[in-house]
Parts: sequence; C-alpha cells; structure tokens
Amino acid sequence: MRKKSEMIMRGQFAMRWLSLAALAAFPLVPGVPDFWLTLAGYIGLSSLVAIGLVLLTGVGGMTSFGQAAFVGFGAYTSAVLTQTFGISPWATLPFALVASALFGLLIGLVTVKLSGHYLALCTIAWGISFFYLFGNVEWFGRYDGISGLVPFTIGSFALIDARASFYLIWLAVLIAVVLSQNMLDSRMGRAIRALRGGGVAAESFGVDTARVKLIVFMYAALLAGLSGWLYAHVQRAVSPSPFGLGAGIEYLLMAVLGGSGHVIGGVVGAAIVTILKDQLQDLLPRLFGASGNFENIVFGILMVGMLQIAREGLWPLLRRPFPQPPNKVIVSDALPLDCQPALPRGTPLLDFDNVRKQFSGLVAVNDVSFGVKAGEIVGLIGPNGAGKSTLFNLLTGILPLTSGAIVYCGDRIDGLATRAIVARRIARTFQHVRLVPHLTVLENVALGAHLRGRAGAVSAMLRLDRTEEARLLAEAARQIHRVGLVQEMHKPAGALALGQQRLAEIARALCLDPLLLLLDEPAAGLRFAEKKQLADFLSRLRQAGISILLVEHDMDFVMNLADHLVVLDFGTKIAEGAPVEIAANPIVQEAYLGSVV
Amino acid sequence: MNANIALFLAQDGIINGAIYALLGVALVLLFAVTRIIFVPQGELVAWGALTMAALETGVVPGTARMLVALGLAAATLQMIREWRTLQASQIIRLLAQDIGMPLALLTAVTILVPLHLGLVANAMLTLALLVPMGPLIYRIAFQPIADASVLVLFIAAIGVHFSLVGLGLLFFGAEGYRPSPFIDANFLFGSMIVKSQSVFVLGVTAVVMVGLFIFFEQTMPGKALRATAVNRLGARLVGISVRKTGQITFALAAAIGAVSGILIGPLTTIYYDTGFLIGLKGFVAAIVAGLTSYPLTVLAAILVGLLESYSAFFASAFKEVIVFSLIIPVLLVRSFAGGRDEEEE
Repeated sequence: MRKKSEMIMRGQFAMRWLSLAALAAFPLVPGVPDFWLTLAGYIGLSSLVAIGLVLLTGVGGMTSFGQAAFVGFGAYTSAVLTQTFGISPWATLPFALVASALFGLLIGLVTVKLSGHYLALCTIAWGISFFYLFGNVEWFGRYDGISGLVPFTIGSFALIDARASFYLIWLAVLIAVVLSQNMLDSRMGRAIRALRGGGVAAESFGVDTARVKLIVFMYAALLAGLSGWLYAHVQRAVSPSPFGLGAGIEYLLMAVLGGSGHVIGGVVGAAIVTILKDQLQDLLPRLFGASGNFENIVFGILMVGMLQIAREGLWPLLRRPFPQPPNKVIVSDALPLDCQPALPRGTPLLDFDNVRKQFSGLVAVNDVSFGVKAGEIVGLIGPNGAGKSTLFNLLTGILPLTSGAIVYCGDRIDGLATRAIVARRIARTFQHVRLVPHLTVLENVALGAHLRGRAGAVSAMLRLDRTEEARLLAEAARQIHRVGLVQEMHKPAGALALGQQRLAEIARALCLDPLLLLLDEPAAGLRFAEKKQLADFLSRLRQAGISILLVEHDMDFVMNLADHLVVLDFGTKIAEGAPVEIAANPIVQEAYLGSVV
Repeated sequence: MNANIALFLAQDGIINGAIYALLGVALVLLFAVTRIIFVPQGELVAWGALTMAALETGVVPGTARMLVALGLAAATLQMIREWRTLQASQIIRLLAQDIGMPLALLTAVTILVPLHLGLVANAMLTLALLVPMGPLIYRIAFQPIADASVLVLFIAAIGVHFSLVGLGLLFFGAEGYRPSPFIDANFLFGSMIVKSQSVFVLGVTAVVMVGLFIFFEQTMPGKALRATAVNRLGARLVGISVRKTGQITFALAAAIGAVSGILIGPLTTIYYDTGFLIGLKGFVAAIVAGLTSYPLTVLAAILVGLLESYSAFFASAFKEVIVFSLIIPVLLVRSFAGGRDEEEE
C-alpha cells in the first residue's frame, strides 16, 4: 500500500518536472515558428485569468462574466504610468496589482453578497459599463487606447521577441498555478470549496463566508490584473475591446471548457480556446466567404455542448488515464489540537426561555422553555411540522427570534451571528446532509476544525501553514476514526451511503471540540445495527462530557438513549420529562397517534 | 434644456421604454416558465428588424436560410439524442416539421419577395420566419439541460447568445439597416411634434400586452404555462408536458421579439449585433421588477427608456454606463430583501 502510493507520488513528481522541462525547452527547439510562441504567450496570458475564474467560479461558485475588466485595470494602470510618468514597466507591477485588487475589493464589497444568478447578471452589467468607461476616458486615449508602450527590458535587452516574453509570461502562470493549488489545499481552500451550495454548512463551522468570498474575488481580480500588466507591455498597446464583455465571456468559456473545478483546467481551457480561435479566424471566413468573428458561433456551441455533455470540463477526462493523486498523508504524530475542558456534569448549559418564532401569521415555535445540562442527552421529539428544526435554526442563529431568550453558559446568545454562536463550541449536523460531495470525507470533516486553526490565504499560498494543516488533518482523521469511517476516509463524500454521510457530519461536528452537539435526525437512513452502534457512540460522547440535543423520529432510539425528553406539537411544548414518563403521557400519545377515543 | 426638449426626450424615452417593456415581459415569461435568463432575446429583435429591412428591399432575408439551418440542427440532434426511442411516425413528423416547413417557408419567401407585397404582408412573413426559431433554439440548446440550476442555464444562454450573434453576422452581414416606418407622418400635440410611428409603437405594445393577458387568463395553454411557472413538478404531475410548455414559451418569446424588431427597426439603424444592448435594457427592466411581475416590468422599462434618453442628452458618452449601473443597486436590494436562495446543484 505504502509502496504503491510512493510510486504514484514519484511518478507524479517526474511528470511534473518533465512537463516543466518541455515547457522551458519549447522556445529553444529549432524550427518552432515565432507565431507559435506568440500564441503560447497569449495562452499564458489567458491562463492567468482563467485560473482566477476556476477559483472564483468552479470552486467558489461565483460566476463572473466581467473578469476582462480587471485585466483592463491592470493594463491601463501600467500603460498610463509608463507612458505619462516614464516609469519602468517592472516598477508598475505593484501599482497594477494594487489597482486591480482595489477595484476587486470595491466591486466585490458591493456584489459578492449577491446570490447565484444575480451575481452573474451583475458581472455582465459591470463588464459592459467598464468597457464604455475605458472608451470614454481621455486619459485612456478613449476608444483608440494607448499605443507605443515600452516593452519589458532586462539591462539593455528588450523583451520584444515572442521567444523572450514567453518565459516571463509562463513564469507568471507557473507561480499562479502553484499559489492557487497551495491555496486550495488548505484551511482556506476548504472554506472556499464549502461556499457552493449556499455556504450554510460553512457558516455553521465558523467560516466567515462573506469574507472568504471577498478573498477569492480579490485573488481572481489580482490574477487578471497581473495578466493585464503583462499584456500591456508584451502587446505594447491597450484599447477597450480586449477588456469588454465579449472577452469576459471568452474567459469563462475557457474555465468551463477546461474544467472549472481544477487549476490546470484553466490552463487547458485557455490553450484550447486560444488555438481554436486562431484556427477558426483563419478557416471560417474562407469557408463562409466573408470576413467577421465567426469563431463565436463555434465558441457558443462549445459552451452549450460542454454544459450538456460534460459539465466537469475536459481536464478530468484528459487526466483520467494517469494515476490519481495519492491520498492525503496523515501525520499521526502531529501535535494534537488544544482542547477546551468539559464542564462539570450537571451544570446548566443551555436554556430556552419562552422562545417564540412567528412567520407572519404562523407561530412555528410558541413560547417554548426548557434546559440542557452538561453531560446530558436531551431528545427533542414531535410530529412533522412541530417546530423542531426551527428551534435548531433559532439556536444556531440562522433565524432570528421573535421573542424570548436563549441563554448558554450564562450568556444570552440569541441575536448573535451564527459564527459567534459556533465559536462558543456549539456544533451541529443537518437534517438534509450538507457535505461537499466531490471532496473527500477527510476534507469535509476537517472543515469542522476551521475555528481551531488560524492560517489564512497568504500563508496557505506560501505553504507556511503546513504544521497547523497537519494538526487539523490529524484531528479530522481522529474524529473519522471515532465514528468508524476509517475505510471511507479518502473517498468522496458523495459516494457514501446516507447513513455514513450522517456519521461524517457527526465527525465534522466533533472536530469543533464542542460542548454542545446538535444532531438533527442522525438515525434517519441507518439500518438497525447501525442505529445501535450510533446509540452506543453517542452515550460514549456523553460520558466524555459532551451534551447532546437530539431531534429524532425513531422512538426506540430516543427512548433508550436520552436522559430527558421534550415533546413539541404545532410549535408548543406539550410535555417534558424522563423517557418513561413521556411514553406513558396521554397527551403525547394523542399528539402522535390521534385521539385514542 | 427647455420644455420642448424635455418633452421630446420624454417622448423618445417612452417609445424606447415601450419596446424594452415588450422585451422585459418576454424575459420575465421565459424565466418564470423555464428558469432561463434568456440573454439572446435581443438577437430575435435585431433579426426581426433586419428581416423587415430585407423584405422591403426585395432580398430574401437571412432568417429564411437560418431557419432551415436551425431546423436541420434540431432534427439531427433530436434523432441522435433519442434514436433509441423514436418511432417511424415521429421521425416523419420531425422531418416534416423541422426540415419540410422551413424549406417551404424559404420557397414561399423566395417567390413572394420580388412581388413587394407591402408592409403588413412583410410583417406577417417576418413573424412566420421568426416564431419557429424560438422553439428550435430551445430544443437545440436548453431542452437537454432543462433541469439544471438557474446558473448553468444562464451560462448556456450566454453561449447561445455568442453563437446567435455570430450567425447573425453570417446571415445578415455587417451592414446596418433601417426599414421605413409603418406610418410616416408627424402631427402636433399641443406644442410638441409627435411622430405617428410613436403612437403606433405604443398601440401595438398595448395590444400585445392585452393579448398576453387574455392568453394567460382565458386559454388552456396559457394556464398550463402559468401552472408550470408556479410549480414545475406539480405541473408535471397533472400531465403538463414541461417540454411542450418550454417550446410554447419560446415561441411566444420569439413572437414578442419579432414584433419588437418590427417596431424598433424604423426608429434606429439596426446591425446584426445591435440586439444585445437592446435586449440587456429589457433585462435591466425585468431585473428591476425581480423577474416576476409583468406590470412592474413595464413600469421599469419605461423608466429605463426615460433614463436612457435623458442621459443621452446630458452625458451621451456615458449613457450605457448609467443605464447598466442602475442594475447594481437594484440587484443589491433584491438580493438582500429576497434573503438566501439556495443554489444547490
């Protein structure tokens, strides 16, 4: 087993260096036409933008048709600075990056909170607006743009030749690929991946989704700005049209075509679109006997066809014949994460005090009061629509209370944001499992430990986070072990049976080192033996001092497990007490079975 | 600016607004029934205008040949996708409907064009050529992914837009056209010169709106569309074919697009790619109205038209910037007021 993964790793290592060497040698091969090198340069420039889009759209789920505008910010900044003030193009790099990042920040602040297609529409709006803006600013030379820009120079050698700029561009692409892959393979990367599907799960483990979105957005803008800076001095001219909406759509096509979930997919997509565009621009006008941008017909068909046939893009198909990347290495002797002490058994932990939730006319939770003590399992039961899940959502800050109070460890926590509540070590699972399906169980579970790490985007990109990352992964592995999913650790979460997915959610919750564990129907979808195992496991957690608030429909399961039961019906608490008392309670029987008479 | 100019700008704005309203209503309709944010609606408008122009000059319009091409593509794709389940009778119907009918239309247009039949006949021909395009586009591009998320459908719509603009260039060329107006007269209303064409535009828009209202309130297909818009699964369960509603909706949208094209042609020179900007303004209106309400869309469209015509006067270079930037605050308000909508894939 170990040998095999080592071999795969060595193979991958060799592949990586071989492809790098091939890339480096490409311009030196005698007889390679200059034009190919120019094309390769364009591919590199587009790759930078497409890589940003992979992170933004493919991984983070935010679709942008307006990336070309950020290329424009980088390009125009450098163009104006070199042209007007005579600064060397090397010195304008920080300015170009800051300008694009700043615009990214500004536009991001306004737009990333938009959801789904609204964000995509908004990117179209700004894509068009900036095109007209670029074309109407006197400084930017209006629609004519600015030409005759200075090239990059090293000493007295100007990088005018395509052969010379090739290395500069691809060095930038290489750096972008490495930084992006590092970022995705980290605490921040998990947070970005968890943004898809609404980000509710991410928020429930303390991820500040708005901030993470903004970071990805700015990162994508930075890469686009970098591409623009290079473009300005390789092309030595800027004008509005390469930064318009059409270009923005082309960049998105690259990401969709190449495989929007993979960094290399961006490069593959950029290569395909750039080469295809070049060939089609030659071929189609001759075929149709007229001149014009007919390649768009093919591009549009490709885009729709890709969505119809292979939504994951080409890169996953291209790399299928090669060995899959080895499983993540768990450093078993990594320093364990710090744990907080458990509370003494029996201390009051959580109190619902006349909690009420009204959705306009409907009272979903009607002045409910009860408490949970440390080291206790409380079962919350009631027929469908009794308000159990609503109560969970009130407790975790997903919904605001209409009136009443929730007191936890002596502090009122109602009115706090979800993240602030999670930070008090309240972890949850979801009634409808919320795992990221294509991520491994390990990575999904590690998201639970988000608040126990600190590393941000920059330290992830520079790999300064490895010690902490090893500790987080070791903790995740430990919890996976605890729930008995070791065999499944490296499988994609979506490939697990529903019962196993529920266990994975519990493992993720345990990664938070919780004082209070909220379980929403953990036994649903489990077989009899599995239910018994789960019950044993939960009572072991109770022994370890974790309190559990449990919503469950399986009466046997709850009755045997819980110390205390609370029964809700139509939002109102109708009974509360030890399981035996509840089972004998006529009001409860009526609520469940209807009137016996 | 004096009162006369202000009134003139207002007239201009309202006329353009009426056309944006037609577009906006089509977009809302498409989104409600199929969840597709149909960016290429503008292309249908441009093609409507260009078809009118071609018919007027006595040339066989590009749309006639394009229809044959689209029909061929749709029939071929459907046979590839469903070759296992297709029966002979279905194939014959497919061939008749997707290849026979466009060819017949092409022949008819070729025969009729040199006769210069006049504006009304041209308008009818334009409708006949454009309406079938809607369902064809739906079948080619969207039907196989009808259940995908709004976002995926939106990206596909952008792809379709890309292709259609290219096709527009191929079939119509890069030249701009401006068909002559239906009524070429002006009259004085108070101190303001009113173009009869303007009144005509407003009248037709009103008629289309009333027609749509009757269609949705009184007819079975109309009710089926409304049912699908409210609940796709529920509609399916009571036997409404989602495929068919999709096709009907696209036919309707194409008809509205063609009418808008016929109306807008005489007001401004139309190029093969003009449609996009016109369509996007319909979009701004539809989005301001939250892609849900028809009356609000009409109001918003007129607002967009006015905003455009006044900003064209005050800051003509920035008129597009102003109109499209309007969308951003509106989207923000919408997104926050609408709460979290889950985009599960």
